[in-house]
Amino acid sequence: MSELLILGGRLVDPASETDAPRDVLVRDGRIAAVELPGGLTGVAGSIAKENQIDATGCVVAPGLIDIHVHLREPGQTYKETIATGTAAAAAGGFTTVVAMPNTTPVNDSVKSLRWMLDAARGPVVKLLAMPAATFGSLGQEITDFHELVRAGAVGFTDDGKPVLEDEVMRAALVAAAGLGVPVSQHAEDTRLTGGCCMNAGRMAFRLGLRGMPVEAEACIVERDLRLLREIEQAERVRPHLHVQHVSTARALHEIRRAKAAGLHVTCEAAPHHFTLTDEAIGDYDTNAKMNPPLRAEADRHALIEGLLDGTVECIATDHAPHASHEKEVEFERAANGITGLETALGLALRVLHREHGMELTRVIALMSTRPAEVIGLKQRGNLRVGSWADVVVFDAAAEWKFAVGESRSKSRNTPFDGAAMLGRVRVTICEGRVVYRAAR
Amino acid sequence: MTERAKRAAMREAGAGLLSGTTADCSAYAAGSLLSVEHLSVADVAGILAMTARLEAMAAAERARVLAGRTIALLFYESSTRTRTSFELAAKSLGATTTLVSDKSSSIEKGESLKDTGLTLRALGAEAIILRHPSSGAASLLARVTGLPVLNAGDGMHQHPSQALLDLRTILLRLGRDASTVDAKTLDGITVAITGDILHSRVARSDAMLLPRLGARVVLCGPPELLPESALGLGPGIEIERDFDRALARADVVMMLRIQKERLAGFDLDLAEFIERYQLNAVRLAATVAKTIVMHPGPIIRGLEITGEVADGVQSAIEEQVSQGLAIRRAVLVRALGVKA
Repeated sequence: MSELLILGGRLVDPASETDAPRDVLVRDGRIAAVELPGGLTGVAGSIAKENQIDATGCVVAPGLIDIHVHLREPGQTYKETIATGTAAAAAGGFTTVVAMPNTTPVNDSVKSLRWMLDAARGPVVKLLAMPAATFGSLGQEITDFHELVRAGAVGFTDDGKPVLEDEVMRAALVAAAGLGVPVSQHAEDTRLTGGCCMNAGRMAFRLGLRGMPVEAEACIVERDLRLLREIEQAERVRPHLHVQHVSTARALHEIRRAKAAGLHVTCEAAPHHFTLTDEAIGDYDTNAKMNPPLRAEADRHALIEGLLDGTVECIATDHAPHASHEKEVEFERAANGITGLETALGLALRVLHREHGMELTRVIALMSTRPAEVIGLKQRGNLRVGSWADVVVFDAAAEWKFAVGESRSKSRNTPFDGAAMLGRVRVTICEGRVVYRAAR
Repeated sequence: MTERAKRAAMREAGAGLLSGTTADCSAYAAGSLLSVEHLSVADVAGILAMTARLEAMAAAERARVLAGRTIALLFYESSTRTRTSFELAAKSLGATTTLVSDKSSSIEKGESLKDTGLTLRALGAEAIILRHPSSGAASLLARVTGLPVLNAGDGMHQHPSQALLDLRTILLRLGRDASTVDAKTLDGITVAITGDILHSRVARSDAMLLPRLGARVVLCGPPELLPESALGLGPGIEIERDFDRALARADVVMMLRIQKERLAGFDLDLAEFIERYQLNAVRLAATVAKTIVMHPGPIIRGLEITGEVADGVQSAIEEQVSQGLAIRRAVLVRALGVKA
């Protein structure tokens, strides 16, 4: 029997609408008790001192859940491995991550999914995966959703690319609806973005770079929402569309309307999209290059609005590690994406909590409770007795600067080196194990 | 604080690179010429003064200015004027030059821009003149080598030495002192830049430099080649879709070639373009007699400009080429930090 005590903290658990001082007992990987301060003194005597975590002055929250990460294994382990990526996750307060399928080869079979989820890969936190929606993510033929869900898939996506063909997307939505999992769409009409490497607009013109119009995101979202309506009417199933990394006011507007109309659509926003604009590219900083690209200030504000009013249900990092030689090249040729697991909480608290007054419990909901719901996890994303003991303990008032040299990721591609963060992770616990502890 | 941390701090403070008149260029070796944004008006005046001093020198004296120095020309795109004038400029100052082009080097084998730059540095290059099809390539090369880099055209981004030679050509044609400028030198002067603005690094450099010296820049072209976002280049710029109206106000008209190699699948109706935007004798005759006709080259006779206008008395096209040699001497001397 293994036990942990978390004492003296401020428990913030959106699922139970708790924001109050509580002590937490963890036993055999599960939450065993949540009590008023002092309520667990009876058991404290039998628990070794090193298993008692002093959370005084800290927030105790359900471990963060990131439903959009690239861990690069198999095939691109020079960028990241499951072990290093999940170590970065633990340092960032995450206890569950969902790996995208654009590995080499693409994760599009039960065999590759099992290989990825095997304990031999050495994940530090709970690893889940969304396999490819189509074979090879080529957008032609959907994969075996039924068998993949049985093997643990929590959704399907061709992330990095959209499922472009109407009929293929329709088939994916119908198949996923029957299994109760979402289809996660990278909403980009690639017919409008050929040769583009940043957001369209004044900055792109000034830099002489071809820009992606906001319509490229919006028109795929509009098409997918139309498919949802058609399927609901014709097939009598209720498909779940999840829109990945929404970056434009226009797409968000469509999603808001669709929700009001009762469609089952969810979406995520990435910290870089609500923190930075395309101005951050400055003098061709390839660490400010990702897809979807950093947008205009009006889009950034719309995203923050959407996070505040609940249109956006989760924050997901799109953690996308790349080796330096893939970024230290001409901007047009540089790989898309930035790392994000270790900066997500610090940016969310700085931008949403401090600058825009979002309550702490809402930030936790966006980073844990709601993403758990999006992928149908019942025993994670909350601190109910009996749930997995996935817990993050962080100092919500700590101000610090992120130093990329201290990152646990294999890669260094972040625009946030030296950037101000609010809130520092002290301890991360996954299924009752301490998977990260900050140096004092 | 590292450079990256510094940039992050700038972003954090909301201080974009556009906030000042000159962008932050502390990440680059002094003497680099990457974008006209990095040049203050005083820098421009200094380059013009240096150009005049070098021009006044006897050839033998000039040939000692960069004697024993090594300059590399690294060309990933074809070029006639820019490459030849940089090379002749360097040689006239006594420097040793070496030319590396993508067609006859290890670049064909997949060597990166960074490694190519480091190789040239290891071989003794003290400055690199770069032409490259990717916007931002010159900044990258300057960052990774730490050498002064002279941007001889990067994608659709900048061609700063062209803007400087255009400036000197304008000053001389207007009969002004070409050895200095200030923020009012071109007050009252209107420059119409016409044609394929979208793909033109020359247009960007001129439109960002000339207004800072007092000129008004009128950009002219169809929306496909001149999006509204061009107004973001800076103050003192406007868009006029009607070429005749733009021409009526212009003291200087700069014509630009349609860059077919950068059209990226976009199909332009050339007959309509010629009808609306070609500079021909009829159009020119309708303007004040002194309008200066310029073109950075290469010109496509019969398309954006007719042969008779290009060869006419108002044309400064050949003069631009000659000024290219003069200006490039000065920016080379500046790059190597030599007093002359």
